[in-house]
Amino acid sequence: MNDSFQQLRLDGVGRQYPTASGSTVAALKDLSLDIRRGEFIALLGPSGCGKSTALNCLAGLADLSSGSIWLDDTRIDVLPPERRGFGMVFQNYALFPHMSVRDNVGFGLRMRGVSKQETAQRVKAALSLVQLEGHESKLPGQLSGGQQQRVAIARAIVIEPPVILMDEPLSNLDAKLRVEMRAEIRRIHRQLERATIYVTHDQDEALSMADRIVVMRAGSVQQVGTPREVYGQPHNLHVARFMGYRNVLAFQVMRHEGEHITVQQGQVQLQGTAISVPAGTRTVAVAMRPDDFELASENSANTLDATIQQIEFGGRSSLLVVNSLIGELFVRVSGDFQPGDQVRLHIPADRVLTYAEAL
Amino acid sequence: MSAADLAMAPRGDRRGWLVAPAVVVLLALFVYPFIYGVVISFQPMDGGSIWANYIHFFTTSTEFNTLWATFKLAAPATLINVGMAVPVAFALRRNSRKQRIVTTILVIPITLGTVLIADGMLTFYSPVGWFSQLVHGLNLYSQEVRLTHNYWGVLISLVISDFPFVFLLTLSYISGIDPTLAKAAGTLGANTWQQFRLIYLPLLVPGLSMAAALSFVQTFAVFPSAILLGAPAGPTRVISIAAYEAAFEQYDYGMASAIAIVMGFAQLLIVCAIFAFRRAFYTGPATSGKG
Repeated sequence: MNDSFQQLRLDGVGRQYPTASGSTVAALKDLSLDIRRGEFIALLGPSGCGKSTALNCLAGLADLSSGSIWLDDTRIDVLPPERRGFGMVFQNYALFPHMSVRDNVGFGLRMRGVSKQETAQRVKAALSLVQLEGHESKLPGQLSGGQQQRVAIARAIVIEPPVILMDEPLSNLDAKLRVEMRAEIRRIHRQLERATIYVTHDQDEALSMADRIVVMRAGSVQQVGTPREVYGQPHNLHVARFMGYRNVLAFQVMRHEGEHITVQQGQVQLQGTAISVPAGTRTVAVAMRPDDFELASENSANTLDATIQQIEFGGRSSLLVVNSLIGELFVRVSGDFQPGDQVRLHIPADRVLTYAEAL
Repeated sequence: MSAADLAMAPRGDRRGWLVAPAVVVLLALFVYPFIYGVVISFQPMDGGSIWANYIHFFTTSTEFNTLWATFKLAAPATLINVGMAVPVAFALRRNSRKQRIVTTILVIPITLGTVLIADGMLTFYSPVGWFSQLVHGLNLYSQEVRLTHNYWGVLISLVISDFPFVFLLTLSYISGIDPTLAKAAGTLGANTWQQFRLIYLPLLVPGLSMAAALSFVQTFAVFPSAILLGAPAGPTRVISIAAYEAAFEQYDYGMASAIAIVMGFAQLLIVCAIFAFRRAFYTGPATSGKG
């Protein structure tokens, strides 16, 4: 529709559903986001967080209750899906079961009145981009899950859409294929230089593929940032939990000066980093990722004595469940341990994140 | 229990006998009368060749023409029913309150029975009935509106009594089509009409041909409404009337059986034709492969 677009802008997009009891439920609240050409955006969150609703609003499959969507200077949320020209890859692929791979991929071109000859060429190019040559005449039912997925991608990209929307496209594939397809989708994204908006509930997928991640919960955006930001500096406890900060404990604030914060629980005192702690806060939630612990050396600060309860072997490192003065902790360190071993753990102050939130 | 299970059942396993009552019922109530009918159709009442009944049917124009008269009712009724059921079912394909209410209203005629429908139609469509008065009152047509005791009366009655049946079948086929397919077509640029024509319709053809076959078989066997609402001596002398007259007016059971068998063959022929047509289309599941 717009080949030279530079920016897709969501401005306060919201969507409400009426419920059986007559009230309304907000599936998506006030989503504002600027997406540049060439960007790969992941909408990340647990099921029911509104990420698929956001995608459907973009595609035109769900009406907006509030806000607007702009492609450069064109308002598009008022257009029906067939006039937005976005490519969409559905979770169940939604391949037309009665059409061959060739006809599936060529469907969008046919709707656009592209000549037969050009359609044939572009379908061939799209199939070669997803590395699926030689299957043109098969029906979707004759393909494996991974192949169907590639057809779905080819069908979405062959129309050269400004924006490609993907709704958990890898969730029906087995683990190995999923990892392979991640790289594949990244490659296709780079080659096309369009914008991709990718919905997923899998942090690893979002972290490994996206340029920016939009973390969502209960219809609201929790954080927008690069994978590094979202992974290293979650804005709030919810994002922290979702990004794998498995150890969340309540501490008393001893000293608090700007970023630097000292917290205490019983006899244990830790130096930490204040993420969202207003001055005068007395208790905070402390979030620590298992991977950020290490075995303490002689002169380490921020240490903690613990007894190993359980060991979950994981190759280079093992996940330990340990008992400490502040309670049970999950810790990932490398070494050869036995249950019952005493360990002294260290965690850097910048990896002890504190939030003025109840647990 | 499938045939394979039966075959694999160990010697002395007598579970297979569980099908015996069903087989007995089937043989006594269906197979035996059918074979009996076939046999007596080859025993002409007045003697002569074993084919005499069939030769009589195909060489007597009043008899032979009943085939065509029946076809002229059954084929349009089937096409009208399927043709009306598709758009209505398409409009109601999403499960909603509206769907349930409209479906209930549309299905009511199934519960009425042919005679009750005929009774109502005789009042409603008669030359002095409401319909005729309405048409005249609105100055739509100045001649006499005659929709009973002729071809049209029977056709309308067949549509009324058979539509709910075809509609319910079609609705279940349409709701079986994954709605994401139409959404996908939408994002690729297809408008609602194109979504219907290119996605729904091809996926519906197998189901629709099944519904058409069943509807045709039902309407081809039309009997009460052809008498009550038609002109049973003339244009709506359908084949079942011919069989009835042979059996219960002339007491020629052989002839009646022959006519019934001709009728069965005619139905079989059309059903085979419909199924041959169906084979030209995709008949697999109407959902996308995985998911």
